[in-house]
Amino acid sequence: MYAFTYHRPTSLADAAKLAGAHSDGKVIAGGMTLLPTMKQRLAAPSDIIDLSRLDDLRGIEVKDNVVTIKALTRHVTVANSAEVKKAIPALAELAGMIGDPAVRNKGTIGGSVANNDPAADYPSACLALNATIHTNQRAIKADDFFVGLFETALGEGELITAISFPVPQKANYQKFRNPASRYAIVGTFVAKFADGVRVSVTGAGSSGVFRVADFEKALSANFASSALDGKSVAASGLNSDIHADAAYRAHLITVMAKRAVDAAK
Amino acid sequence: MPTVSMTVNGKSVSADIDPRTLLVQFLRETLQLTGTHVGCDTSQCGCCVVHVNGDAVKSCTTLALTCEGASVVTIEGLAKGDELHPMQAAFRENHGLQCGFCTPGMIMTSVEMVRRKGHDLDEHTIREELEGNLCRCTGYHNIVKAVAAGAKAMAAQGK
Repeated sequence: MYAFTYHRPTSLADAAKLAGAHSDGKVIAGGMTLLPTMKQRLAAPSDIIDLSRLDDLRGIEVKDNVVTIKALTRHVTVANSAEVKKAIPALAELAGMIGDPAVRNKGTIGGSVANNDPAADYPSACLALNATIHTNQRAIKADDFFVGLFETALGEGELITAISFPVPQKANYQKFRNPASRYAIVGTFVAKFADGVRVSVTGAGSSGVFRVADFEKALSANFASSALDGKSVAASGLNSDIHADAAYRAHLITVMAKRAVDAAK
Repeated sequence: MPTVSMTVNGKSVSADIDPRTLLVQFLRETLQLTGTHVGCDTSQCGCCVVHVNGDAVKSCTTLALTCEGASVVTIEGLAKGDELHPMQAAFRENHGLQCGFCTPGMIMTSVEMVRRKGHDLDEHTIREELEGNLCRCTGYHNIVKAVAAGAKAMAAQGK
């Protein structure tokens, strides 16, 4: 790990000021992605801004058919939340599939979404559930938030404060994971709303999480796994690696989407 | 160098450290508590699991400075003198270890598992919950038996 200067702000305003002042710095929440990256010397932040004292950024609220999860809420909390399980069971299940128990004890929703790892789980939920990402400056729709590989619409000094998820009629997340890293090789999130179905895919796209318009149209007309018979995503633009090549990932997307439709509740 | 203070196994400790110091380095190198192991150093294997404020975490993926003010328990903090913690005793009874390298992490994970999931653990739950702990001897069968027995013994001792 390269050397850095450590800061421990006690207010969101101070954290944002520090993040804005140190453009080569990084904020740390659970650190489940940032620390491994720093240990491999793939990241060399000049400053580390520790958000762990910002207790106002923890908590879950369900109101007016919207689940709002504050940024520093840990995966273990979301996975076990009775409110989330009742409102959007797929979201609690997704949180319970991230990493392993020790990782879920530290990792946060804000960190996962801000990092936008192309194989992370939460970005798919944000996109399929048409979530809004709230920051200390503005509110951003998920469709505009995930820009590319590890890239988001967040500006300098802009910190996620909460993410709000509209409650769907039905939803499900199916993850085909790498058993060693526990990241998604392909993860498919399907959400059925009164005005249509949204389908997102993580783990497969070479520029990160994406929606599948073709699947959404077919499922909006007929919410049954058979509606996806014969449909597939083109393998070009999908990741190929030692775990799965692009053609295999393309095949998995349809398989996992069908499973998600069948399991949706 | 910044100062970090925390409680480790019930004892207050404080030291000036390089900000890069990981919790596992602080425990092993500064405090000489070498029961916590480093297996993979990439958050996969779980040999370094300790409890921070009651939560099982991977100490190789935790900055010591972020634990300011925290209460940390390591494998050294479980036994009372010569009397093993019931989970430690269960690992011994059930031959839940071969080389023993992964054992401290397995036991710390298992103790927290019991706190979250209760004392009556089925095999499926135990295997799911041990997902973040790897045993290179692949002695999982006896580890699972040990955790189930340890969980019951913890209930009997009111833990």
